[in-house]
Amino acid sequence: MREQWEGFKSGNWEREIDVREFIQLNYSPYSGDESFLAKPTQDTEALWQNILELMKIETEKTVLDVETKMPGTITTYGPGYIDKTKEKIVGVQTDKPLKRAIMPFGGLNVVKNALSAFGYKLDKETEKVFETYRKTHNDGVFDVYTEEMLRARKSGVITGLPDAYGRGRIIGDYRRVALYGTDFLIGQKKAEKKELDYSQMDEPTIRLREDISDQIKSLYELTEMAKSYGFDISAPAATAREAIQWTYFGFLAAIKQQDGAAMSLGRVSTFLDIYVERDLANGAITESEAQELFDHFIMKLRMVRFLRTPEYNALFSGDPTWVTEVLGGMSEDGRTLVTKSSYRVLHTLYNLGPAPEPNLTVLWSVNLPRPFKEYCAKVSIDTSSIQYENDDLMRGFWGDDYAIACCVSAMRLGKQMQFFGARANLAKALLYAINGGKDELSGAQVGPEFAPITSEYLDYEQVTRRFDQVMEWLAGLYISTLNVIHYMHDKYNYESLQLALHDKDVLRTQATGVAGLSVVVDSLSAIKYAKVKAIRNEDGLAIDYEIEGEYPAFGNNDPEINKMASDLIKNFMTRLKKHSTYREAMTTTSILTITSNVVYGKKTGATPDGRKVGEPFAPGANPMHGRDKKGAIASLASVSKLPYNYALDGISYTFSIIPTALGRAEADRINNLVGIMDGYFADGGHHINVNVFDRETLLDAMEKPELYPQLTIRVSGYAVNFVKLTREQQLDVIHRTFHERV
Amino acid sequence: MGIDSIGKIHSVETCGTVDGPGIRYVVFMQGCNLRCVYCHNPDTWRLNSKTATNKTVAELLSDILKYKSYFTFSGGGVTLTGGEPLMQKEFALEFFRACKNEGIHTTLDTAGHTDIDEITKEILSLTDLVLLDIKSINPDTYKKVTGFTIDKLIAFTRYLSENMIRTWHRFVLVPGLTDNEDEILALIEYLKTLKNKEKVGILPFHQMGAYKWDDLKMDYRLKDNPVPTVEETERVRELLRNHGFLVT
Repeated sequence: MREQWEGFKSGNWEREIDVREFIQLNYSPYSGDESFLAKPTQDTEALWQNILELMKIETEKTVLDVETKMPGTITTYGPGYIDKTKEKIVGVQTDKPLKRAIMPFGGLNVVKNALSAFGYKLDKETEKVFETYRKTHNDGVFDVYTEEMLRARKSGVITGLPDAYGRGRIIGDYRRVALYGTDFLIGQKKAEKKELDYSQMDEPTIRLREDISDQIKSLYELTEMAKSYGFDISAPAATAREAIQWTYFGFLAAIKQQDGAAMSLGRVSTFLDIYVERDLANGAITESEAQELFDHFIMKLRMVRFLRTPEYNALFSGDPTWVTEVLGGMSEDGRTLVTKSSYRVLHTLYNLGPAPEPNLTVLWSVNLPRPFKEYCAKVSIDTSSIQYENDDLMRGFWGDDYAIACCVSAMRLGKQMQFFGARANLAKALLYAINGGKDELSGAQVGPEFAPITSEYLDYEQVTRRFDQVMEWLAGLYISTLNVIHYMHDKYNYESLQLALHDKDVLRTQATGVAGLSVVVDSLSAIKYAKVKAIRNEDGLAIDYEIEGEYPAFGNNDPEINKMASDLIKNFMTRLKKHSTYREAMTTTSILTITSNVVYGKKTGATPDGRKVGEPFAPGANPMHGRDKKGAIASLASVSKLPYNYALDGISYTFSIIPTALGRAEADRINNLVGIMDGYFADGGHHINVNVFDRETLLDAMEKPELYPQLTIRVSGYAVNFVKLTREQQLDVIHRTFHERV
Repeated sequence: MGIDSIGKIHSVETCGTVDGPGIRYVVFMQGCNLRCVYCHNPDTWRLNSKTATNKTVAELLSDILKYKSYFTFSGGGVTLTGGEPLMQKEFALEFFRACKNEGIHTTLDTAGHTDIDEITKEILSLTDLVLLDIKSINPDTYKKVTGFTIDKLIAFTRYLSENMIRTWHRFVLVPGLTDNEDEILALIEYLKTLKNKEKVGILPFHQMGAYKWDDLKMDYRLKDNPVPTVEETERVRELLRNHGFLVT
């Protein structure tokens, strides 16, 4: 056994890459409470103060500093520090903290526009290189897009597509760097390539051999980058500090190379806990030092920055990076995967204060130790910074070593990746069904010329029949568009470092998504159970609707309406699956909007549910604001009935409640929040964001943002600094259903 | 009779967290026999309101059963409140009987202004917890608050005590109306005489129901009445704690 592994239990993991086996053989489940946790050290406090000051300037200017010449790669920038004498974990994305890199391989125009929006200009020579000599992902996509794809993209029936920015949603298994060191990983990759030496040189083989070659190069670059900070990571990590540092270097290389929409971390805390426990047992570190390592690590994760355009920020507001780290969950053998380090990571929300990143995600199981459940509930009540996902549900699909990319996308670490596919606007698609494929706002013929519905009152049978036709068309167009995007992304902007931390043969999913679920379901319900009159303009286009009578809305746990929602997802998913995907990826879908529910709403005309033109959709799978009449649990129960097996990329629900509506005393609030989550997840719910605060706090924060620099709220699938949202989005959050009946 | 009994229901709330332990399905019954000046649900007063819905026990129960996992995990159940649930005794009885058959915890939130007849006794035998709203122990103040005499309430508290029915006593603290120190001390002395005392809830008066009085075009006499400060509420709670009560 290698000297760095002394004290660990032997297994197959020593001979081939198997991080899961290493964890299973060596980790210490913890079922106690939080009383062992340590306060921040003086160095931690000083460093964090330093960062807060930088962040304050950044909030005023939107970006603190940007590189304008050198495109970001793993080794472009030399080492950067906050305060070298105090940092226990080192490494920043560029040469200075919070300074953003440019990554033009995804698209040159995005870089130019983003720079000019913040008063910078791209270096002439760099511009020339990318205009003349180096094609980008964005160039490739637009070379191939059809006119129909361009029309659908422009109208917003498909939108948010990663055709000009990094697709993200790939999680390197960064733990491999710590457990094995890069020499071993390079050796494994070389062996994998050799396995393909005698294969027939067809296109998939050629592509894979080129992929692996790029992966090997990136591992050399990673080694070199670490060396610039004075660390030799070619060998395995030997201490807790090294394990965290090596893991972070792996992640750092990824965020130096790629500006993907979501750059998630994975599931590192229980892995790292093995090293921490070994050092604590040897007397090499104290609890305070162990906490300090996590505090400094998390600080770095809070500083991940990418250069984005204002349009991107309008869609995904608040500068999110989705550095998602999952905590908790259960092993397949029934032991909990909660360790003391799961607590240490959550405890950073007290030591450093609340924050949106990293996107801390608790994998909930009804079998989690009770003290951990209660601690999570307490953290949610105090900070509104964490989200929860159903481990009992996902373990059956993905085993016990998966993580979450972005918000809700589960993937087995190092064995699975996703082609991110943004989302289709099903509310708009319904309007196309009524208007014969014409866009209700522009009048343009976006879809094929279906026969429009011309009757004064909408007939349920007729509308659903036409809607089926529109979905059939949309599904095909959507998948084709995604195939173009991912072909080009692989070709011009390949994530070689992240994929180097995967096995050779990975399961690829082609993720899609839907927006406007509750708008469509309520519209169909209105057409079926009330009378809906179409108001048409002089061109015969239905632009508004009048409802006579009442209809049961989604969110009240009405079995008929729940079924309508499930059927809609099954219906669209079944149509998506008919189409072949790039690299034989498995098609999945999500019900998740992030903050784009506001932009989607803005781009969509009035809908038959009574929603007016331009009004925001509900986020993710949420019922529409104000239509749930039976309280929070009925709303939760409705969402928990949506079928995960037809939406394997995740179903997001955002829950906001005022503290007093959770109970009078703190112990009651904790008990009730635990009960809400146990009930929701036991009934099959997939994801929940938990916000606990008063509306007044948010109103006050709108008026006096300077007093609330760390006020964090959960929106669909991630958390944001409330003060960094646009005013429109702040209002959307405030107008959303707050469960406040007491 | 039975599960076909019909109740007039004002509304339901699936996420009740302050009317009994755990997460509760709260049924707000229509109709009240008191006319409390600080009421925050005056829209439940009239038994024959057009906005109420008629539901059978069976209908209500089938909805409630959808939330059983939430009750189980949080130690919750159902709470019958209003209005005054004991205005519709037959329904209350059949409803609680049906809940108990399903193993669901039952809580009755009442002001206790009722005759203790056979049906009431039967309801109480199916009640796991009573939330008893004691408006005031002083007969004059009680009359001022509710418009009625205190006799029935006293008999009710005695019955609960004699039969050891689990009860959380509740008291609404209204500045200038129910916050007289001597009266609160008298209330404490009275509560001490009860055998079933378990927990006392001090509910600070709030103005969140004010708009309902306006909507109903009714004269709301406490429109400008101040709400108690956090300190005032805490002081009363402390007073009770000093007398050995468990207080929330």
